[in-house]
Amino acid sequence: MRAALSTLGVARPRDLAHALKLLHASLGAGRLVPLAGGTDLFVTLNSGFVPGRRFLDLGGLRELRGVREQGGRLVLGALSTFSEIREHALVRRRYPALAAAAAEIGAWQIQNRATLGGNIANASPAGDSLPVLLALEAVVQARSVRGVREVPFTALFRGYRDLALEPDELIAAVSLPPAPARAKQFFRKVGTRRAQSISKVVLAGLLRLGRDGRVDLARVALGSVAPVTLRTGGAERALLGARPSIAASDAARAALLEDIAPIDDIRSDREYRRRVSGNLLEQFLRVVDPRFARR
Amino acid sequence: MSAVLTLDFTVNGKRRRVRVPPMKRLLDVLREDCGLTGTKEGCGEGECGACTVLMDGVPVNSCLVPAVQVAGVKIVTVEGLAKGPALSVLQRAFVELGGTQCGICTPGILVTAHALLRRAKGRVPGDGEVRVALAGNLCRCTGYQMIVNAVRAAARETRASARKRVARAAKPVARAKTRPVRAKAKPARPKAKIARTTAIPVKTQPKAVPGRKRARR
Repeated sequence: MRAALSTLGVARPRDLAHALKLLHASLGAGRLVPLAGGTDLFVTLNSGFVPGRRFLDLGGLRELRGVREQGGRLVLGALSTFSEIREHALVRRRYPALAAAAAEIGAWQIQNRATLGGNIANASPAGDSLPVLLALEAVVQARSVRGVREVPFTALFRGYRDLALEPDELIAAVSLPPAPARAKQFFRKVGTRRAQSISKVVLAGLLRLGRDGRVDLARVALGSVAPVTLRTGGAERALLGARPSIAASDAARAALLEDIAPIDDIRSDREYRRRVSGNLLEQFLRVVDPRFARR
Repeated sequence: MSAVLTLDFTVNGKRRRVRVPPMKRLLDVLREDCGLTGTKEGCGEGECGACTVLMDGVPVNSCLVPAVQVAGVKIVTVEGLAKGPALSVLQRAFVELGGTQCGICTPGILVTAHALLRRAKGRVPGDGEVRVALAGNLCRCTGYQMIVNAVRAAARETRASARKRVARAAKPVARAKTRPVRAKAKPARPKAKIARTTAIPVKTQPKAVPGRKRARR
C-alpha cells in the first residue's frame, strides 16, 4: 500500500452534532479534513500529496443523506451521490440540467461514490455540478457548532478554490428553489471524451420566453473559464427583453466573452475555451428557440 | 481516532475480519489482507476502472475507497463472479469472443458488466448502453468492440436460458401466455454466440503456460 496512507488517522463521529464538535475542536491543532466519497481526496492522496494527517469520516452520517421536498424546495443532502441525483424522479422532472450534469460526472464508478457536497467543497472551477447549481440559484446549508447558515450559491465562491465557509463549517445540504415554470434548462460539458474527463468548458443555462415573445428569464453559468464558476451577467442582460434572433444571440455571445477569463492549461487553451464558450451559448439558445439561429 | 482499525465486512459472501490502517485503500485490503489479487491496480486515480469491485451491489473504484468506509459493507470482486471452477456466462463470453487480451482491465470490466447485466434484469442492453456503463473501464488492447459483443452475448444467453426455465416451469395451459413473443421477421444480422459448453473449451486455453517461455520457431 501507499506508505503515507498507513500513518493517517480517521475520526468516526456518532452523528452530525458529534462531527461538528470534533471539527471545531480540531481547529487549534491540525484541522480534521472532511472525508465523504473520497473520489477527489484519494486522487490527491494517491498522487503523494497529503492535505492533512487526520480525517473526519462523514460516511456514516445519516443527517447528510437523502433528497426531500421542503415547502416547494428540493433539499439534497450533502452526501447525495451523483447516481442518486441522476436517477431521482423529482430531480429528473424539475431540474433536468442537474440530472444531466450528474450523468456526465466521471463514469458509473465515480457517480456511485462522488457526492454533491464533495463537488462543492472541492471547489474546482471545473466542477461539473457547480454551473447548474449556480443557474438554479441553489442555497448551501452550512452547519457548525453555532448552528445553520444559508449561503446562496452566488456568494459561495470568493476566489480560486476559496469558499465563503468557515473552517469549522460543514456543507450539510443543498436547497433548490422551485425551477422557474416554463423555463427551458440546458447543460453541456465539453471535454476530451464524454466520460471521465475534466471539463474544458461547461455551461448551464435557463431561458424563458414571455407571452410577448421576449426573453423574460435568462441565466447563464459557466465553469472552467475563470478562477471561479460564474454567472455571466453580461449575456443575461443582453438576452433579457430580446426577441429570439441571430442578432440577440450575437449580442449575448459578445457580452459573454467580456465576462470570462479562461487560461491556457493542461486541458485546453484560452482561445479554444473562448470559442467553445460562445458556441455553447449559441447552441443553448438555438435549442430553446431555433429563431436564435435564423437571419 | 485509532491508528489501526478492526474491519468487519463481507467479501464474495464470506465474512472477513482484518486489522488495517483506516485510510488503507480497499484495493490494498483486498489484495494484501484478503489475498484476493484478481482486483488490479491500474492508474490509482479512478480513471481506468481496473480496480472496480461491487460495494453493496454497485461498481466503485477500490483505489478511491478507504477501509474505514467498508465496515459492514458487502464487497464482490472478480473472484466472486464464478461459481467454483466453472466460469460465469459472462466470463465464458469474454473467453470465447475475444473480450480479453492482455487481461489487466478484464477483472474490472467483468465486475462492471456483471452489475450492468444484473440491472438490466434479463433485458439485452443495447450497444450504446454497454459502452456508457463501461465508460469508466479503459482497455488498451481490444478496441472495445469484442468486449461489447461479449457482454451482449452473455445477456442474450442468460435471457434464453431464463426463458427455457420459465417455459419448463409453466403448466401446459399457461405455456402459450408465457412463451416469448417474437417480433416479426427482423432482418437477419449475425450475432456473436457463445459455444454451448460449461467449461473453457480446450481450443481457447492460452497456448503458453504462465511462467514458461513459448518455444521459438
